[in-house]
Amino acid sequence: MLQEIVISGFGGQGVLSIGKILAYSGIMGGKEVSWFPAYGPEQRGGTANVTVIVSDTPISSPIVDQYDIAIVLNQPSMEKFENKVKPGGTLIYDTYGIHKSAQRKDIDIYRIDAMDESMKMENTKVFNMIVLGGLLKVAPMVQVENVIEGLRKSLPERHHHLLPMNEKAIFRGMETISQEQKAEVCKA
Amino acid sequence: MSEEISLLKGNEAIAYSAIRYGVDGYFGYPITPQSEIIETLMEAAPWKTTGMVVLQAESELAAINMVYGGAACGKYAMTSSSSPGISLKQEGISYMAGAELPGLIVNVQRGGPGLGTIQPSQADYFQTVKGGGHGDYRLITLAPNSVQEMADFVGLGFDLAFKYRNPAMILTDGVIGQMMEKVKLPEYQRRRTEQEIRQQCPWATLGKTPDRAPNIITSLELDSAVMEKNNERFQAKYREIEKAEVRYELVNCEKADYILVAFGSAARICLKTIEFAGNEGINVGLIRPITLWPFPSKIIRDYADRVKGMLTVELNAGQMVEDVRLAVNGKIAVEHYGRLGGIVPTPDGVLEALKEKIIN
Repeated sequence: MLQEIVISGFGGQGVLSIGKILAYSGIMGGKEVSWFPAYGPEQRGGTANVTVIVSDTPISSPIVDQYDIAIVLNQPSMEKFENKVKPGGTLIYDTYGIHKSAQRKDIDIYRIDAMDESMKMENTKVFNMIVLGGLLKVAPMVQVENVIEGLRKSLPERHHHLLPMNEKAIFRGMETISQEQKAEVCKA
Repeated sequence: MSEEISLLKGNEAIAYSAIRYGVDGYFGYPITPQSEIIETLMEAAPWKTTGMVVLQAESELAAINMVYGGAACGKYAMTSSSSPGISLKQEGISYMAGAELPGLIVNVQRGGPGLGTIQPSQADYFQTVKGGGHGDYRLITLAPNSVQEMADFVGLGFDLAFKYRNPAMILTDGVIGQMMEKVKLPEYQRRRTEQEIRQQCPWATLGKTPDRAPNIITSLELDSAVMEKNNERFQAKYREIEKAEVRYELVNCEKADYILVAFGSAARICLKTIEFAGNEGINVGLIRPITLWPFPSKIIRDYADRVKGMLTVELNAGQMVEDVRLAVNGKIAVEHYGRLGGIVPTPDGVLEALKEKIIN
């Protein structure tokens, strides 16, 4: 198993955190992981992205140009990464940040209304955990128990009272995500 | 999960590894993309546990001279910076080489010249292995390609520096500094006592004892005849290091028709290129210099007899390629592929370059 994933959105949306939790959960599940952020002069409101690779075997390059899964959470991210999904790969997007939808026919496309759901939960801070839940539904590369355990270990104890809320958000994401398009099989 | 495995950035691994190795002092000044080194050290507050000093100096110059001072007392002293800051430290590094002082300098390179960008680069290769500072000196240079090697090379760097009384550098870049991977940190080792330092470093200026002449640490020698002798001693030491301390990794070289030569982050990218090339039926291998000085010239020369061509892949405009060409000495084609100013090559880009410049 090798999953090369890019998560991209506005700075402050928690994309680096999704990646970190995913990487941490991967380690707890005995996987090889790498996490590489676009660490440029990004800031709140600017764009941010992170490449996360989860694999059963040692990871060669932490930087890739084609992804198995792209999670795009704003329009600039859609424009940057839609064409970098491998044929037959997966694109996940949140309608809230995207006004021009994906054009590719050769990839699976999933929609997750994470922002709307987080507003329903009256806590927009769990937005990224809803996205993470959606990802894990589509590509269960790590176990949800490991994610929760990873959160417990990576969060300072003073934030542990927030764990149930985050867990709920992950499950909400798993319920909410829906498939919009199945990749057309390319003719040989 | 083994309790010893952590998920860390390369920069963080260097900081934790320094504490565990028993480093006596870190002196630095923040600069992206390596500020996590001093941030992690400050947060870990090792002065409360191992007694390690962590100090944010007033400038890069101050920091390297604090390393000089610590090293003169036989202490494990280190500093870190990124390219523009490392340029500022060059005078101090040359003085350390001239005074034969061991110490560790970490350069998490970013794109230059000048202030440049904050993105990854390997454009300080020349500066590191060809001088940087003035005078006929050499810097032991280690190039990690993973977070694990970032952790491991702190100890290795100090071991080599003290074995040869010469400064050592970890030459890495923003990719390895900023990325997170699994890492197993080294075991804790306590800091040496003053008695142990006196035994290990009889040259150290820890206070004169009645049984010996005063130790003097200086790079200054106004008598040219003596200075020539000093230089000859340095050169003899460098030849010894070149003989004993070359380190490299070979990947897939036995069956290879073409060889990539790359270090650090570029070498990681090349591993993926090797997979892609294999899918197309092209046999590509990788020679990864781990020590950039001493440079693994011999193994490169050996492979020049067995393959059709070599491509160096660097995050610069072509620096290590000169050393590869010197090693190969015209036997086969040696070309360079790189991206500049903070742009990182992709595995596909490397494969295309290999086809364009070497195979076709």
